[in-house]
Amino acid sequence: MGRLKTIARRSFIVGSVAIAGGVAFGTYLVRRDPANPLAQDAAAGDAVFNPWVRINAERITLVTPHMDMGQGATALQAMLIAEELDVDLDQVTTTYGVPSAAYYNTALAAEAVPFRSNDQGLAAGAMRSTMGAVMKVLGAQVTGGSTSVPDSFDKLRMAGAVARETLKAAAARETGFEAYQLKTQSGAVVLPDGTRIDYTALAATAAQIDPVTDVTLRAPSEWRLIGKPQQRLDVVAKSTGTQIYGIDLQIDGMVHASVRMNPRKGAPMLGFDASGAEGMRGVLQILALPYGVAVIADNTWRAFRALDQITFDWAEAPFPAEQADHWAEVEASFTPERLDRQWRNDGDVEAVLAGAQAVEAEYRAPYVAHQPLEPLSAVVKVTPGRVDIWAAHQLPRFVQQRVAARLDMQTEQIFVHNQYAGGSFGHRLEFDNIDVTVDVARALPGVPVKLTFSREEDFAQDYNRQIGMARGRGAHGNGQVTALDLEIATVSAARSQSGRLGAPVPGPDTQIAAGAWNMRYAVPHLRVRAYAVPELAPTSSWRAVGASTAGFFAESFLDELIHAAGADPMAERLRLVNDGDARRVLEAVAEMSDWGAPLPPGTGRGVALVTSFGVPVAEVVEVTDTGNGIRIDRVWVAAEVGRVVDPVTFENVVAGGVIWGLGHAMNSEITYADGRAEQSNYHMAEGMRLHQCPVIEVRALEHNPAIRGIGEPPVPPAAPALANAIFAATGKRLRAMPFYHEVDFV
Amino acid sequence: MRLTVDGISHEVDVEPDMPLLWVLRDVLGITGVKYGCGIAACGACTVHMDGEAMRSCQLAAGDVTGEITTIEGLGTPEALHAVQEAWITHQVAQCGYCQSGQIMQAASFLARNTNPTDAEINDAMSGNLCRCGTYPRIRAAVKTAATTLRGS
Repeated sequence: MGRLKTIARRSFIVGSVAIAGGVAFGTYLVRRDPANPLAQDAAAGDAVFNPWVRINAERITLVTPHMDMGQGATALQAMLIAEELDVDLDQVTTTYGVPSAAYYNTALAAEAVPFRSNDQGLAAGAMRSTMGAVMKVLGAQVTGGSTSVPDSFDKLRMAGAVARETLKAAAARETGFEAYQLKTQSGAVVLPDGTRIDYTALAATAAQIDPVTDVTLRAPSEWRLIGKPQQRLDVVAKSTGTQIYGIDLQIDGMVHASVRMNPRKGAPMLGFDASGAEGMRGVLQILALPYGVAVIADNTWRAFRALDQITFDWAEAPFPAEQADHWAEVEASFTPERLDRQWRNDGDVEAVLAGAQAVEAEYRAPYVAHQPLEPLSAVVKVTPGRVDIWAAHQLPRFVQQRVAARLDMQTEQIFVHNQYAGGSFGHRLEFDNIDVTVDVARALPGVPVKLTFSREEDFAQDYNRQIGMARGRGAHGNGQVTALDLEIATVSAARSQSGRLGAPVPGPDTQIAAGAWNMRYAVPHLRVRAYAVPELAPTSSWRAVGASTAGFFAESFLDELIHAAGADPMAERLRLVNDGDARRVLEAVAEMSDWGAPLPPGTGRGVALVTSFGVPVAEVVEVTDTGNGIRIDRVWVAAEVGRVVDPVTFENVVAGGVIWGLGHAMNSEITYADGRAEQSNYHMAEGMRLHQCPVIEVRALEHNPAIRGIGEPPVPPAAPALANAIFAATGKRLRAMPFYHEVDFV
Repeated sequence: MRLTVDGISHEVDVEPDMPLLWVLRDVLGITGVKYGCGIAACGACTVHMDGEAMRSCQLAAGDVTGEITTIEGLGTPEALHAVQEAWITHQVAQCGYCQSGQIMQAASFLARNTNPTDAEINDAMSGNLCRCGTYPRIRAAVKTAATTLRGS
């Protein structure tokens, strides 16, 4: 309890991170809490205890600023507040609230610093503190980086506790009891005689007193909600077609629109001929934009259909037109000039490899699209003094700032109404749907415009995962892996993304070799070098980011070395592992899968261990070579996350992450020809379908005191564990994703 | 033309080649039916025509010959269909965007076969794409719904 008490006594929002960072950014600016956005429009009688809890005579409203794109963020945030507030989940209303600096992400900095997540040294701590202060000063409200739970875990429980204690103080004022004599339960303060006073009845009094900030968080043994299976708040709506997503919004007076942009991503339009579309039924306006044409119509299909009748003259792509030239650029990047950082150099790799019969291999990872099932869309209404934007976005404050700059308006004039998202996987960190819809809506002042991308347009305009290669050299002796030298060259999705934001990130890109440089193995001679391939086609964060490629390279090549050494893939990893958390997840999957038990002919197992976003995840994949293709039978997965908030969502998201990793490794890539993505719809890039889905067994480990997020970490081990299993079953080593080029799947 | 959707008759003035999906979503405002791909590759738009699962993105309004049921007519939060109940019990949804189509596909399939094998479930459900990867829970929910529907 000591640690929690310490947090409680600090300024409410300013954690230790921001205070330490005060050196770099000015103590006043960093220490000052951003204004409570709920106070701005609070009516008389509204108790706005902090940016996350509003109670009035009618209802209890919890603000859950992390956007929900399927990962369950809304329900998880509500649970954390409710745990301390003593309300039941069916007693509250949730809202994303308005974009605000008060909702800056306190956890995002951890993955952005070039230190291993289990490095508790001074330098690592200082840099995390500095980056944390940057997030606060920027007011970086960000959903991403598997941070929704780590950002919220202490902060939202504190928000609930502050509101609860303030409500008790209000009840004490009304009844004459002392606050310590009062209890709380299910949305009410309970007096010593058992009389209940609903929170809603206390709101008016609570609104008049300063929030009680000297509160203590409850011990885990007292938790009612955290760690216990809950019914997700959205599960009924999502099973009855009543969940409203951004694409479903209907605003009074709304018109529909769609767009065709240069499919050579980022290049302008040279000309077009819309004569075939003019006069088509329902077409209200055909609007030329620098990068393409939008059609405004009375329904979405009529806009789509009119776009199909327009012919275009597109400029050449600002990157190599053919896929082979992309690969050539990657191949040419293993040079000292393009060395982004040498992340590891333990022992003496050069000397050992010079004196040994080196094992060598080369790996490839393609561009891959995000393509959540809900296509990109937005609704925008532009009026002279105010712009309203309804869209699902992971960076709502950036949307505000970007639109303000685009329209030469003040940020305060841009109102972003964040929406439920039908998936993202990193797609909704980009702004094309916002930019285009704003450009269209400004041509129709006062009219709400809903613009929907066709699936084909969404594929054409996606910012894909980084393309990359790795070259491995290694050695073994006496049945053990002795040396591992891994060079990884990918384009920098982080620089591509931050460059478009106009805020280039300084220093090395921590993601190029993520999942490899931080491997939790004590290989005696270990070197990991990352090379940055210059920008080719634009790329962006794709679920698990760098670790989805570098983790594949590292765990595949390690497996090759282990097999060359004649060792068992599990036993040798357990021998090499140098961290308790990583050892435990490996031991867990070994036990769950009964690793080492005899297998039928044609069946093989592979294992992989990758740490990303601070979470070590081990996976064992079992496949059978059926003679009619490879069938994935089972997957066992274990992850160390510190603490599971909702076991149901945890299991679902982990299994989904495994499926995401497997499905794309098997079936999906984006390739370029004539400067365009060749894959236009799901029939050409579909990930996994149900008939290919294995039985998946998930286990959470909760040994580490640091709580972590689970949205991304299950992804990286899936591809190498699958490739390693196929090798075990068939003797065929897969070194390039997607695997369907080399093996058939059932 | 006249369409019967979820038990209600509507007169709609649309082109015969307009996909039913867009008539439902943009003309009738039934947004529980989802647009995912437009080429029958994802199944998010699945509805029933006289009980049979159809991809409404490929069904022209002029070709509608029977009564249409959407996810909003299959059941409601207050009166759930057995398949929806199973989807809630198993907490299938993550983003949920594909689940309208998954449920409609499963409901049509289970109406004809309340004792499906794993292979039959694979065959029936593999045309419906879930990008979040909820397949293990979809399988479990289909089996639970089958049990309910055959009354054993």
